[in-house]
Amino acid sequence: PATFHNLQELRHSASLANKVFIQRDYSEGTTCRFQTKFPSELESRIERTLFEDTVKTLNNYYAEAEKIGGQSYLEGCLACSTAYLIFLCMETRYEKVLKKIAKYIQEQNEKIYAPRGLLITDPIERGMRVIEISIYEDRGSSDSSSGSSSVSGSTAR
Amino acid sequence: MTSCEYQQIDPQALPTPTPAPPPHHGNDRDKREEPKRPRRKWQVFPGKNRFYCDGRIMVARQSGVLPLTLGLIVITSGLFFIFDCPFLVKHLTSCIPVIGGGLFVFVVITLLQTSLTDPGILPRATPDEAADIEKQIDNTGNASYRPPPRTKEVLINQQVVKLKYCFSCKMFRPPRTSHCSLCDNCVERFDHHCPWVGNCVGKRNYRFFYTFIVSLSFLTAFIFGCVTTHLALRAQGGKGLVFALQESPGSAVELVICFFSVWSILGLSGFHTYLVASNLTTNEDIKGSWSGKSGEGVTNPYSHKNIFINCCSVLCAPMPPSLIDRRGFLPTDESVQTAGAGIGLAAKSEINVGTKGLLESAALPALLSTSCPQMKPQTAYTCPDSSPAVNSDPSPQLSTSCGARHTASSQGDTSPPRHTKTRSKKRKLAALNIPNPSFDVPVSPTSPDAGPSSKARGSFTPLH
Repeated sequence: PATFHNLQELRHSASLANKVFIQRDYSEGTTCRFQTKFPSELESRIERTLFEDTVKTLNNYYAEAEKIGGQSYLEGCLACSTAYLIFLCMETRYEKVLKKIAKYIQEQNEKIYAPRGLLITDPIERGMRVIEISIYEDRGSSDSSSGSSSVSGSTAR
Repeated sequence: MTSCEYQQIDPQALPTPTPAPPPHHGNDRDKREEPKRPRRKWQVFPGKNRFYCDGRIMVARQSGVLPLTLGLIVITSGLFFIFDCPFLVKHLTSCIPVIGGGLFVFVVITLLQTSLTDPGILPRATPDEAADIEKQIDNTGNASYRPPPRTKEVLINQQVVKLKYCFSCKMFRPPRTSHCSLCDNCVERFDHHCPWVGNCVGKRNYRFFYTFIVSLSFLTAFIFGCVTTHLALRAQGGKGLVFALQESPGSAVELVICFFSVWSILGLSGFHTYLVASNLTTNEDIKGSWSGKSGEGVTNPYSHKNIFINCCSVLCAPMPPSLIDRRGFLPTDESVQTAGAGIGLAAKSEINVGTKGLLESAALPALLSTSCPQMKPQTAYTCPDSSPAVNSDPSPQLSTSCGARHTASSQGDTSPPRHTKTRSKKRKLAALNIPNPSFDVPVSPTSPDAGPSSKARGSFTPLH
């Protein structure tokens, strides 16, 4: 499709400048949480509130995935009684939430981060250790490749 | 703020690796097209694991004594069904084979799940992450690589916890994560490396392991009880025990195996029940991380201070996903990158992929250190290159305390019946002695369940 062809050229004009890693926040134990501290490299790129919102939403998703309560207790007992064979057939709650997270990240990338030349990598691809944010620099080529819907105008800030 | 124009980037088309792209997609993006088949991630996995069924099943490099464990369970249960069940069904009730069969199936399934599941392996840091961490540590800009152990302190529930830097995986280990030297992986919520099961026990398979040992306790106790009842019934009417044993020789074997196993398995189950109720790992318990050895109010920051909630969170928490994505495809440019970046990786992947029949050669060294491989990971915990120095100090006191516990829990129970005649019994006795000298080996301190479990299944004759 035209978008793809255009993006091939974009790839050449947008090069990876830097990567920022948002580390895990262990203050509440081993549950999955990421630090909401705003990294300095992103200061010129994105508003602090947008970034914090993203990280807080992700933290909430992970908390939901790992929540222990009445329902997880029942699921655990049921799984145990089937000698955990049920894990082979059913998608676990965690996996369901991971899918939601993947969709959320993609949506954030499309709407908020890509227009600012940033890209969030899903933490699951980094072993849930970090949220990797890639910072792209335009190589300064001002020749706008043939226009397509995916190429927005300048978002000079 | 630069004046560059930032053009909107379609996230899906960019070279950051995405999970499982179809092979031709990856080739489209990469100009340096490799004509070879795209590889799955398990094929370049850097740890010492072996993968089967195209990455669906994984086991540790050394299977340990898993075949022995499985064999003993199957043989004992088989003898039970052949020799004892017919008699007991006739004289007592036909529920007995049903219960026994159910327990047997449960035990085998949970054993296989413990062995074949990813225990919670943490994938190693990508080169970018490692560089970022290095940058944060070496703030002076000094390019020399400093080997002393790097630690980072975090506050968890108002308790100071030291996170150690793992040189193999190039990252700061999350809390409760430990690097297993046998598997060469960092494992989350590392409990121990169990040779009986041939795998590490960690966050993802601890519930399988616990269910396995609890159901095995029931099975062993059940078989023991049934065999005793069977022999007692046969010996009735003044016929005597010898007569009963002659009539049912299989029962003698079962009796011996069960008698020696039941105490150790029960002890192990009890120990792990205690660990579950206090939300501790074997690793932490052995090292006394939270026992207040250091004086001030050091408490376990992970405990919910409520037995029920602790049990729930350990056994009934949602099953975490496997982080290593064995069956994902390597994006073509990344596979080139990994091949270039680490020759060691390629070599290891060859080992992983090519060697499948190493049970014999792997079992022998594992057997020689069988009682203590649970603690071997401890030596690699701080630094791979400083293990002897670091661990020689704590180990004597650990080995004496663990030796004491070992004595209390199991040897006291088994020393009386040492005078028996069967050859298998003598081998077991010899086996009982084998673990003991190794208690004193500084490299591998013992644990209470190393002792019991090591002599639990008796014979230590190498699996040739």
